[in-house]
Amino acid sequence: MMDRYSRMQLVAIYACIGVFLTFILLPFFEMFMTSLRPLEHLFRAPYQFWSDDFSFDAYRKMWETVPLLGRYIWNSIYISSMVTLLTMILVIPAAYAFARLDFPFKNATLSMFLGVNMFTGAVLLIPLYRVLRTLGLLNTYWAMIVPGVAFLIPTGIWLLRSYLEKIPRELEEAAFVDGASRLYTLRRVVLPLAVPGLIVVGVAVFIGAYAQQFLFAITFNQTREFQPLPAGLYEFIGYQSVTWNEMMAAALVGVLPVMVIFLFLQKYLVAGLTAGAVKE
Amino acid sequence: MNDSISAESISRDSRAPQARRKSLSEPIFGWLLVAPAIIFIAIIVAWPLAETFRLSLTDARLGGENYVGLENYQELLEKKKFHQVITRTFFWMFLSVSLKIILGLIGATLLNAAIPGRALFRVLVMPPWVIPIAIGCIGWLWLYNGHFGLISGVAQRIGLIDGPFGFLAYKTSAFYSAIITDVWVGTPMVALFFLAAMQGVKRDLYEAAWVDGASRWYRFRRITIPQIMPVIVSMALLSAIWTFNSFEIIWILTEGGPRGATTTLIVDTYKTAIGNYKFGEGAARAVVIVALLAAFSLIYMFFLNKVNKMYGNK
Repeated sequence: MMDRYSRMQLVAIYACIGVFLTFILLPFFEMFMTSLRPLEHLFRAPYQFWSDDFSFDAYRKMWETVPLLGRYIWNSIYISSMVTLLTMILVIPAAYAFARLDFPFKNATLSMFLGVNMFTGAVLLIPLYRVLRTLGLLNTYWAMIVPGVAFLIPTGIWLLRSYLEKIPRELEEAAFVDGASRLYTLRRVVLPLAVPGLIVVGVAVFIGAYAQQFLFAITFNQTREFQPLPAGLYEFIGYQSVTWNEMMAAALVGVLPVMVIFLFLQKYLVAGLTAGAVKE
Repeated sequence: MNDSISAESISRDSRAPQARRKSLSEPIFGWLLVAPAIIFIAIIVAWPLAETFRLSLTDARLGGENYVGLENYQELLEKKKFHQVITRTFFWMFLSVSLKIILGLIGATLLNAAIPGRALFRVLVMPPWVIPIAIGCIGWLWLYNGHFGLISGVAQRIGLIDGPFGFLAYKTSAFYSAIITDVWVGTPMVALFFLAAMQGVKRDLYEAAWVDGASRWYRFRRITIPQIMPVIVSMALLSAIWTFNSFEIIWILTEGGPRGATTTLIVDTYKTAIGNYKFGEGAARAVVIVALLAAFSLIYMFFLNKVNKMYGNK
C-alpha cells in the first residue's frame, strides 16, 4: 500500500529516470553514433543528427589504422590481471591479520594504509619515476603494474577485511584447538570460506586497475608495444588527420572486457562494495 | 552443529599439520602477514612521499639539484597565479561535490522506487564508474566539440545558439564543462552508496509515518535523510578528496586551459613537474596537496565521529 504510486507519480518517476539515464549514457551514445559515421560525414556542417550512410566500417578499418590496437587491448587486460593477482597476494594475508589477529601498532598500520588512499599517483610522479628507474622497471609492463598495485592495496585490504570479519570465528578456533597451525588454518579453513569475498575484491581491483592505467602509462612507459588501450587510443590522432570514428569504435570495443565482467558480477560487486554503508 | 562436524573433519584431514602448536605467537604471525604489503607501500608510496618533501627544498631540474631551503614555498606564497589556482581548486571541489551529492541523492531515490525495471536502471547507471576515465572523456571531448558535437549541434537546431559553440574553447564554459564531466564520473558511485544506505533504513519507520499520514516528501526529509546522514557525510568528504585529486578528466579535456581556466592544483603540479621539468617547484606544490589532503582527512574523522554520535550509530 505504502509503495503504491498514482499514475501521475509513475509517469513523473520514469521521466526523471529517463533524464538521469540520458545524462549518464549520453557520451556512450555519442561515441557509438560517431563510430558509425563515415569520416567525411563527421565534419559536415550544419550538424546532422541522423543520416542514411551509417556503417560499421570503422570497426573493420580501425585494426588497419592502428595495427597495434589488438595488442593495446590485450596489454590493458594483461596489466590489470597482473595488478589484480599481485594485489590479492599482498592483500589476503594482510586483510586476515587486520580482521582476526591482534598485534602491536595494528590500528596505526591500518590508518597508514587508509592514508595511502588519499593520494593519487599524480602527486608522487617524479620520485616514483626515480624509484622505478632505480629498480630498472621503466618502459616495461612493470612500470604500470607496480604503481597500480600500490594504489589498490588499501582499498583491497579495506574491502576484504570487512568481509572476513563477518565469517564466524568458531571454525578457525576449532581447527586451532585441534592443533592446526595458524598458516594451515588460514589456507584450509578461512580462504575456502572467503571465496565469495575474494571474488568481489578481485573484480573491484581489476576494474580499478583497468581504470587507472592512463596516467602511469603516459608517464612511465615509452615503449609502444607495452602501451595499454587508454594511452594507445591517442594513436588515432595522426599527423594528417584524426580518424575520430575509428577512435570511438576502438574505445567502445576496448571497454567491452570490463563491461562484460561487470555485467556478470555486478550484483555481488555492488553488494560487496556498499556493505559498509548498510547498518547491520 | 554443523560447525563441530566440519571442524572435526578438518582435523582428521590426512594432511593435517604435523607439528602441534609449534605455531608462531599472534603478534609475530600478524606482522608476518602484514609485512609484504607494508614493504611494498613503503617502497612505492612512502619513500617517494619522503623524497617529495626533500625535493621541495631543492631547485631540482633535469640537470641537477641544489638545496635552496624554503625558497620554493616562498615563491608560491608570493605568486598571484598560485593563489588563483588554490581558489579555483576549492571552487572546483565545492561545486563538483555539491552536484555529485545532490544528483546522487536524486538518483538513489529514483532507483529505490518500487517500480518495474529498476534492476535494469541500476545497472545502466554504472558504466561511467566501470570504464576507464580516459575513455569516457573521449566521448565528452566529442560532445563538447563546437562543429561536430551533439550538444552544440542540437542547441543550434533548436535555436539556443547562432553558430557552432566550442564548449572547451572559452574560459568559463571550459571550466563548467569539465565540472559536468567530473560529476558524470563521480555520481554513479555516490548514488550507489546512497541507494545501499536507503535500503538499510528500517521499513517500520516509514510504515509508522505512513500510518500517521506523512507525505512522501515529509518521510524523505524526516526519515530517509537523517537515517542515511552518516553515509552522506562520508561520501561528501570522500568525494571531496577524489574531486580534489581529479587529474585525468581535466588533462584530457583541456590540459588545464584555455589560458589556465581549468588548472587546478593537481594539474598545476603535473604541468610544473612533468611538463616544464621543474621538479623542485613541482614537489613544493605536491607537498601543499599532501598538507591539504591531511587536513581534509582530519576534518573527515572529526565530522564522522560527530555525526555518528548525533544519529546514534555505533
